[in-house]
Amino acid sequence: MLSVQVQEKIERELRKYPADQRQSAVMSALRFVQDEKGWIESSDMADVANYLGMAQMAVYEVATFYHMYNLKPMGKHTLTVCTNLSCQLCGAEEVLGYIKDKLGIGIGEVTADGKFGLREAECMGACVEAPLLSVNNKRLCFRLTPAKVDQILAELGGQP
Amino acid sequence: MSLGSGPVIYTTLDFDQPWTLENYLKVGGYQALRMVLTEKIPPEHIIAEVKTSALRGRGGAGFPTGLKWSFMPRNYQGDKYIVCNTDEGEPGTCKDWDILRYNPHALIEGMAIAAYTMAVKTGYNYVHGEIFEAYERMEAACEEARAAGYLGKDILGTDFEFDLHNHLGYGAYVCGEETALLESIEGKKGQPRYKPPFPASFGLYGKPTTINNTETFSSIPYIIREGGQKFLELGRPNSGGTKLFSVSGHVNNPGNFELPMGTPFRKLLELAGGVRNGHKLKAVIPGGSSMPVLPGEIMMEVDMDYDSIQKAGSYLGSGAVIVMDETVCMVRALERLSYFYYEESCGQCTPCREGTGWLYRIVHRIEHGNGKPEDLDLLLELCDNIAGRTICALGDAAAWPVQGMLKHYRNEFEYHIEHKKCMV
Ligand SMILES: Cc1cc2nc3c(=O)[nH]c(=O)nc-3n(C[C@H](O)[C@H](O)[C@H](O)COP(=O)(O)O)c2cc1C
Ligand code: SF4
Ligand code: FES
Repeated sequence: MLSVQVQEKIERELRKYPADQRQSAVMSALRFVQDEKGWIESSDMADVANYLGMAQMAVYEVATFYHMYNLKPMGKHTLTVCTNLSCQLCGAEEVLGYIKDKLGIGIGEVTADGKFGLREAECMGACVEAPLLSVNNKRLCFRLTPAKVDQILAELGGQP
Repeated sequence: MSLGSGPVIYTTLDFDQPWTLENYLKVGGYQALRMVLTEKIPPEHIIAEVKTSALRGRGGAGFPTGLKWSFMPRNYQGDKYIVCNTDEGEPGTCKDWDILRYNPHALIEGMAIAAYTMAVKTGYNYVHGEIFEAYERMEAACEEARAAGYLGKDILGTDFEFDLHNHLGYGAYVCGEETALLESIEGKKGQPRYKPPFPASFGLYGKPTTINNTETFSSIPYIIREGGQKFLELGRPNSGGTKLFSVSGHVNNPGNFELPMGTPFRKLLELAGGVRNGHKLKAVIPGGSSMPVLPGEIMMEVDMDYDSIQKAGSYLGSGAVIVMDETVCMVRALERLSYFYYEESCGQCTPCREGTGWLYRIVHRIEHGNGKPEDLDLLLELCDNIAGRTICALGDAAAWPVQGMLKHYRNEFEYHIEHKKCMV
């Protein structure tokens, strides 16, 4: 079952679209589920399908097509680092290497305490602030250096 | 980051909170919409004004905006839509992000005027998933506009009705392609549609639809307020107005700058603080990652407008300028870009799905010392088999960087193959 909070948020989204186009809210519905529990599993997709009157398969197609959905647990804080060209030129791979060492995990992995997950992304559309990462797809952190990474991790409650 | 304000779009940057309605009104905001509605300016006049301005689509293809608007069937009974493309995901490009962050009302006003012109009641703005904070700011700006009577029913006390909604993407470059974007708003995978039919006849939910880039819509208030001729004169004859340039990579002062079309690249580079650490300029991708790379010496003589860059062998594209200094290995740079197109291909067309994988694997093996002498010709042959043979332009976008790199830096690739290491 979708939580009441998620249902309320979906209702707000549904108002944006024609009444007979409930499927248009599927992307945000999946996003709200992920915001609440950190990832999306097939039972969530079934719930979203029921709520919007869609085939489960159609929800699955959407959840697997768009890269920002977590289809497995990705930790309390998912850090996503852009490594595309503008970021690469500004040292994104070095920053990513630093984060991997610091957290002791690779791309697509989660720390043992479940606090941090790490993902790599394509261009986030903020290239003039390279290199950069996002926290839980919500907040972008710019001009990363090892010191900045330390600060972000400490803020989020990891070891400094 | 530095931001260069300009007369058309980045007009509110001097304020502490550039994004508020209050500040937008101080720079002449919503005057154009008010004039259009209260004087009931005929839609044909608005289209004529936009044609005079020589405004061309800022999303990358440069299609004349006035002409595009004239394709919308005027007498169609039933719903029609306008859609804004803020799915900025072309590596290097982040100008529209700063429109949402710093002047969202310019976009709202531009879309409202477009809606009036094409007799549309509903608009959507599709926002790149990664810039969530900008999406929230845009949502807030729409609320603010609704409360002040610039969106919704009876706008500015007239019988004109238009509402605008934001739709957040969630990580798929191909959704920047306009028909993939429509599919995505419909709640599906973002796979581009066959054309024809074009969106003007069969668009969102199967209804007539016009799609423009964020910067394109945001130029409209100025054009209507000041006149198309004045906008045209800001730039060059075939490239009217100002352009937003995102300068990223190896410069001291990366940022977004609003400058007249035709501004020399030299000047833009200077505004961005020059090449970092006093290094030498090696190469520039002048219009977003899909456009062919040009050597620094050529760029230093180029003006930033459609014709000038095309003459030099590339395209203005989205206006994203990626600067590379002498330390850059072109094989490694191309490897990253080829991976991107491979990763983002939606997989519908065989030449793109298979071809982007081949391009990536070959450049990857060259970069890692396993390249063969015949690989370079194989790359070019693959490009010929992708470009122009696919449903959408992502296929071309994957081929152009390869062709550009091999045209100007073939020697670096040969060196890699022969010596199994980097020249730089
Ligand atoms: C793969 C691909 C990605 C694209 N990405 C964008 C984008 O991020 N923003 C954009 O405005 N146009 C993008 N376009 C171009 C759009 O399809 C479309 O031409 C444009 O939004 C039309 O608006 P305009 O005429 O105002 O430029 C992309 C095209 C392709 C093929
Ligand atoms: S060219 Fe590539 S991205 Fe475009 S429709 Fe074909 S497979 Fe999809
Ligand atoms: S390349 Fe990293 S944000 Fe664009």
